[in-house]
Amino acid sequence: MSLRSSIKSLPTLMKVGFAEAVAYRAEMIVWVLATTMPLVMYQLWSAVSRVAPIGGYGKKDFLAYFLAAFIVRQLTGSWAAWQMNFEVRQGTLAMKLLRPLHPLLTYATENLSYLPMRLVIVAPVLTAMVILVGPGYLPHTPLQVVIWFFGTVGGWGVIFLINLCIGCMALFIKSTLKFMDAYLAMSFVFSGYLIPVELFPDRLRHLIDWLPFRYTIGLPIELFVTRHSDAEALSLLARQWCWVAILFVTATLLWRRGISKFEAYGG
Amino acid sequence: MRYLRLLAVQLRASALLAIQYRGDFLVDGPISLLWAGTSLAPLFVAYKNPATVVEGWSFGEALLVTGWFLLLTGVLEGAINPSLVSVVDHIRKGTLDFVLLKPADAQFLVSTSRFEPWRMTHVFTSILIFVYGFVTLHRMPSVPGIASALLLLLSSTLLLYSLWILTVSAAFYVVKVDNLTYLFNSLFDLARWPSSFFQGVLRFIFTAVVPLALMTTFPAEAMLNRLHASSLLFAIGGSLLFALLARLVWTRSIGHYTSASS
Repeated sequence: MSLRSSIKSLPTLMKVGFAEAVAYRAEMIVWVLATTMPLVMYQLWSAVSRVAPIGGYGKKDFLAYFLAAFIVRQLTGSWAAWQMNFEVRQGTLAMKLLRPLHPLLTYATENLSYLPMRLVIVAPVLTAMVILVGPGYLPHTPLQVVIWFFGTVGGWGVIFLINLCIGCMALFIKSTLKFMDAYLAMSFVFSGYLIPVELFPDRLRHLIDWLPFRYTIGLPIELFVTRHSDAEALSLLARQWCWVAILFVTATLLWRRGISKFEAYGG
Repeated sequence: MRYLRLLAVQLRASALLAIQYRGDFLVDGPISLLWAGTSLAPLFVAYKNPATVVEGWSFGEALLVTGWFLLLTGVLEGAINPSLVSVVDHIRKGTLDFVLLKPADAQFLVSTSRFEPWRMTHVFTSILIFVYGFVTLHRMPSVPGIASALLLLLSSTLLLYSLWILTVSAAFYVVKVDNLTYLFNSLFDLARWPSSFFQGVLRFIFTAVVPLALMTTFPAEAMLNRLHASSLLFAIGGSLLFALLARLVWTRSIGHYTSASS
């Protein structure tokens, strides 16, 4: 599996993935409809901000924040951990090992090829956002756009790699899904998906700055509604890409050690 | 009488199955606490100033709603979801035949076929939250308050169950409803906060059309002794009406069932 042949197969893999996304479009719409959390959280925070603005966020800021949360969630979602768990249990991972391609790469392309369909869903929400809160919230200088782009890619990178790490653990232990459940609950609290990170007390915020959660969803949202100065944004972006590097190494190591233990059940 | 005996048999089967996987209990407990954290953390941040009152709800009072949300999540995941997920499976595979052939009511059989007792951990967590809420409020729940809250627990469970039956009935028409559970759970997330937090159209939808928001708000108000008797009657009457509707839709849609293998 040389790098060149892998790169050459990328367009085909993306095409296959896209066809799959189109075939399962009804299912995808159900998943989109199930993204109710930003709406649920907006109800709480708008009710709270009607009493008094909290931590520099007024009602409109919350609206922008949670519309962005919905968009970011659609763009950076990953489900590789569930998929890997399923394939290890069913033994179908063996099929992936037979291909002259790194299996982890196929998980990435499967994820990314859903992107065009997801953009179709995001477009009306983005329009609504521009109408409801005004374009002033969105990145407007070229630098801000670039930072936002890398922040969103990095956000997907961190989520996807965490998924891979947890997915690889299916090769060692039995109940990875419970593990994923625990991870999700923690990530909900600390990632900024439920509570804008800026609202946390200072001490907790410093801790969150060192954890990976914020860089999955919170940072892309904050960059999308431009809550940081350029210098601040760049330093956060650097931390995010550090996490991408750390998780990349961890996932590769876990995969190498784990795959030698893999037995295809019922193969 | 016969149905009570049947229920006992089904419960025993589920209990035996659960005992096989007793290790789950140790894992589910901490996970339930973590998920409780996802409901509590936003409240802690929102009520940073303890004197804040949002739409008529103080911190301690809002805690009670969260407690009810968790309690009903436990009921949903432990008693309602597992059985009804298996119905969808039966419909897809065509094995519902075997259930229909049995000499008992099909809706009863499928609804009681599986329970997951370890989800009781949510119930324990919610009791902790109730205690914490009342300690924050510096008061004790009254006996009539608790009695009417328990009555509302029954009506909310009935309502959840009826909504589920209505959703599952859709499986007879469109077979692909795998992620329906997920959708249903995320809609139920809307019951996290007191119903007065909702505004405009959403408020109308989630209190009048699909009374999700009331399922947690009414029992919390009952515990605080501020629920009118008329609301109590409305909740009970409404849930009975929903149950009747669900029953009608179920019997109609089961007529559409065509075994998949023949």
